[in-house]
Amino acid sequence: MKRLVGLLLLVFLLHSCGDKSPNEMTQEKTDPVIETASNYKLDIYDYNGFEGFLLKKDEKTYVINFWATWCAPCIKELPYFEQLNEKYINQNVEVILVSLDFPKQYEKKLIPFIKERKLQSKVIALDDPKMNDWIPKVDEDWSGAIPATIIYNKDKSQFYERSFNLEELESELQKFITS
Amino acid sequence: MKTVKVLSSLLLVLVVSAMTISADKSVDGYDIGDIATDFKLKNIDGKMVSLSDYKNAKGYIVIFTCNTCPYAVAYEDRIIALDKKYKEKGYPVIAIMPNNPNSKPGDAYEQMQKRAKVKGFTYPYLMDEGQKIYPQYGATKTPHVYVLQKTKKGNEVKYIGAIDDNYQDVEAVEVKYAEDAVDALLNGKEVPETKTRAIGCSIKI
Repeated sequence: MKRLVGLLLLVFLLHSCGDKSPNEMTQEKTDPVIETASNYKLDIYDYNGFEGFLLKKDEKTYVINFWATWCAPCIKELPYFEQLNEKYINQNVEVILVSLDFPKQYEKKLIPFIKERKLQSKVIALDDPKMNDWIPKVDEDWSGAIPATIIYNKDKSQFYERSFNLEELESELQKFITS
Repeated sequence: MKTVKVLSSLLLVLVVSAMTISADKSVDGYDIGDIATDFKLKNIDGKMVSLSDYKNAKGYIVIFTCNTCPYAVAYEDRIIALDKKYKEKGYPVIAIMPNNPNSKPGDAYEQMQKRAKVKGFTYPYLMDEGQKIYPQYGATKTPHVYVLQKTKKGNEVKYIGAIDDNYQDVEAVEVKYAEDAVDALLNGKEVPETKTRAIGCSIKI
């Protein structure tokens, strides 16, 4: 019977070792391009410039959400990321919303959307058409579908190609802030 | 004790196989070299279309695409061009709309008909009714391309991924992944890049 318990324990342990170590790649940062549209400054990055957001090694836990105004499931889950940002701000959590909107939509759709929704989380735009080069750098398992999210801190990192509700998001975040 | 041993190894097998199944779930679908399923799906003209209908085809460019995704729309003209270029060479485009029209009314059958007419699609545009086909292929987004080669074993998956390397600007395209794949197959060569990635709209269930 002992053997059985041992086996189960082994299986359980194997099952829970899913976390990946953070992406080790580092590249030179390029300066963000700043674009002004009706008093709003949007930071726009190519992948090299953006990569630093995935590699921070400070005390914070980062929740990086890839979204776009044209992506309905992304818009649906956006309020949960906003709530997360507000609720956990004192627990060293920072939410960063990475827009993959088309550049020609920045002024027409993205900036009006940010203002209208009064988004409090940091919003940046990632504009790099060489997607096949940078998508695997974000995560080897990412097919490129959005919404997609990364939660990481200096100890661990997890990638999610899926939608979240607030409860699911909090339960994932808990794995990072209670250790 | 022996029974326990037998039982526990049996349990291990069960648990491990259950784990494998759950672990595979996220990467479900075809890989290069797999044989792709045929299907019988309704085209915008009301007729049912299967890969096997194309007796003289050497293969297929199967593209999961839709009306409502800006990336799919950005590629419409390039998909038409692909079909025009390769249909006669034996690789027709077969477009499949994988979204649930109840979640995405803009992708309803009548809307597909409209869009095909406006843009003058030269290829079938099929409704994945009941969403049974795209999960078998493992498509996750639109547009998502599968180049298949007709072989004795069946339709072998030779390329999975994007159409080319620049959705924004046709002029700035450097690598035409899907074309390169089909060209290689037509010339009896290995596909240079078998899997690529691109941002796309997740398939709506």
